[in-house]
Formats: sequence, C-alpha cells, structure tokens
Amino acid sequence: MTFELGGRTWSSRLIMGTGGFRSLGDLEAALVASEAEIVTVALRRVDPSSRGDSPLRVIDDLGRFVLPNTAGCYTAREAVRTARLAREAFDTDWIKLEVIGDDRTLHPDPVELLSAAEQLVAEGFTVLPYTSDDPILARRLEAVGCAAVMPLGSPIGAGRGIDNPHHIRLIAEQSSVPVILDAGIGTASDAAEAMELGCDAVLCASAIARADDPPAMATAIKLAVEAGWHARRAGRIPVRLHAEASTPASGLAQLGGDPTPVSDTRVRP
Amino acid sequence: MTVVVNGEPRELETGMTIDDVVRSLTDEERGVAVALDGEVVPRGAWTTTTLTGGEHVEVLRAVQGG
Repeated sequence: MTFELGGRTWSSRLIMGTGGFRSLGDLEAALVASEAEIVTVALRRVDPSSRGDSPLRVIDDLGRFVLPNTAGCYTAREAVRTARLAREAFDTDWIKLEVIGDDRTLHPDPVELLSAAEQLVAEGFTVLPYTSDDPILARRLEAVGCAAVMPLGSPIGAGRGIDNPHHIRLIAEQSSVPVILDAGIGTASDAAEAMELGCDAVLCASAIARADDPPAMATAIKLAVEAGWHARRAGRIPVRLHAEASTPASGLAQLGGDPTPVSDTRVRP
Repeated sequence: MTVVVNGEPRELETGMTIDDVVRSLTDEERGVAVALDGEVVPRGAWTTTTLTGGEHVEVLRAVQGG
C-alpha cells in the first residue's frame, strides 16, 4: 500500500491535519490511531500570554513528518513569504500551499495559487497545492512542477464529502503526480470514495478533529482509505440499470406455473 | 526606538537584535521563524541582525492547522 510522494516512499495514504482538535491529548490519540505519517501544521504569531505546548512537540515525539501549510494567505506574495518562513522554522522544503480567494467558501484563488506554486518550485520547494477540483488547473499545477495536486472534495470544514466525483476522477485519471483529496471529508465513506475514484491519498483534519471521538474517527478513516485503495485495485463491477442474476438460470427446476420468465420487452438492456 | 513586533508598537533599547526580541516572547527554538519587514531572517542571523527603529518584526511559531 506504499506510495511515492516528493521523492520518498510512504506507508500511510492518510495525511492528517492538526487544526480543530480540542486538546493536544486528542491530537496525540488521533495521530496514533490514524497511523498518518505526514502531519500538517500552521504558522501564527507567538502569543506570550499562552506559552502552552506546541503541536510540534506531539508530532516530533511520535516521529511524524511535519508538513507546514500557508493557511490564511490570500496572495501569492504572502504565501511565498510564509513558505520561506516555514522552511526556516521546520527545516523542510515541503509546503502545503494554500492561497485562499474568499473567506466564505475558502476556495483557492487559482491565479494566485499557480503563481505561488511556480515561484516556490523555482526556489526548490516540494510544493503540494490545495486546489479546486478543476482538471485544467490541476494540469497546470503539475506542469509547473508541483509534487502532487490536492483537489478539494467540498469546502474546508464543510464535511459534504465529494461534491463532484466526476472531476476528481478526471484529475486522478490525467495526473502523473499523486492526487491527494484535500478538504471536505465528513466521515469514513467519503475517504473510501476518494480512493475508489483513483486518488492516491486523502488529507483529513476537521472530520477527525471535530468528531465526538477523534481517535475512533481516525481509525475509521484510516481503514476507509485502505478499503478504498483495495477496492480501486480490485476493479469494481459496472453500474447497471437492470439486475444481473448471480445464480445461473440454467438447470432451473420446473415446479409448476409458467416456465417462461416474465420479461419487459419495452426496455432493452 | 520603536519597533512593531507582531503588530504591536514596542519601545526597545537601541541595539537590540532579532534574537533579543525572540527571547522576550518565547523559549522555543524549533518551529519558530522571524520575518523582518516581510523577509525571512535565517536563524543563524538572529544574533547579528540589529534593529534600528521603524522595522516590522513578525515572530511566528507552530500552531495546529490544516
């Protein structure tokens, strides 16, 4: 079940966000349960009045890989500067690139996103862009050298799952970099669907963090990612309008009544 | 001299460095980054970067997110 991302091999296809957990204890328990190797964090101003523990300590203690994000940036300029700060803070070239266009939908601003991605790739970053579910934008992000594309299923925190599975399938089909479903997961079945549509991995934060029992949901989503991956490889049966008997009709005993099956000839299969 | 630190104007003694400002806010090392007028100050330059007044300094740390 391993996969390649950014020149490294990972054994978990679930990436976990750390936003929204009610406590660091919940975060730690969910991280253990999720078995996620890659874990996101954000950068914010130091607040001297709250010298509390950092999520970094929890992530480091568990030996997980820190993936900083540029959450809260609205322009390419801010996002590029935030990525440079993150590189300094966490000694990593990896960046989850978020450039938001609107605080109601938190949808990416595609123009700023592409510009920031291009600059950061040129500066040697491993860029993982949070993008809309637009196949053309995904192609452009890949073309400028992003290490993955991370389309949203539905808006961040919406928990609606995948609004447009056709677009996710198109992106998965065309991409030669990993496709990571980012945002919108509400529960385990959404994660399974993403994998069945051909995604390589799933990034999940709110669905775990804001669940009544975060570690239990982390377990559920971990298993769903695995289930979806197996189902994708197994190759599902076609979706049909009509039934297709799983028991053979030949050799059926005649036990009275009309031996000819009733067939509706108005509809052809 | 006045330096804006994390959005708040602060009166600092002349000759204070970025490192002094960081230490006044946090004991953490890993996960902390500093921007001086929008540009990153590498950790190795914190003690040698002296403030002269009028600068905007942002001192950032890791928080839950994403």
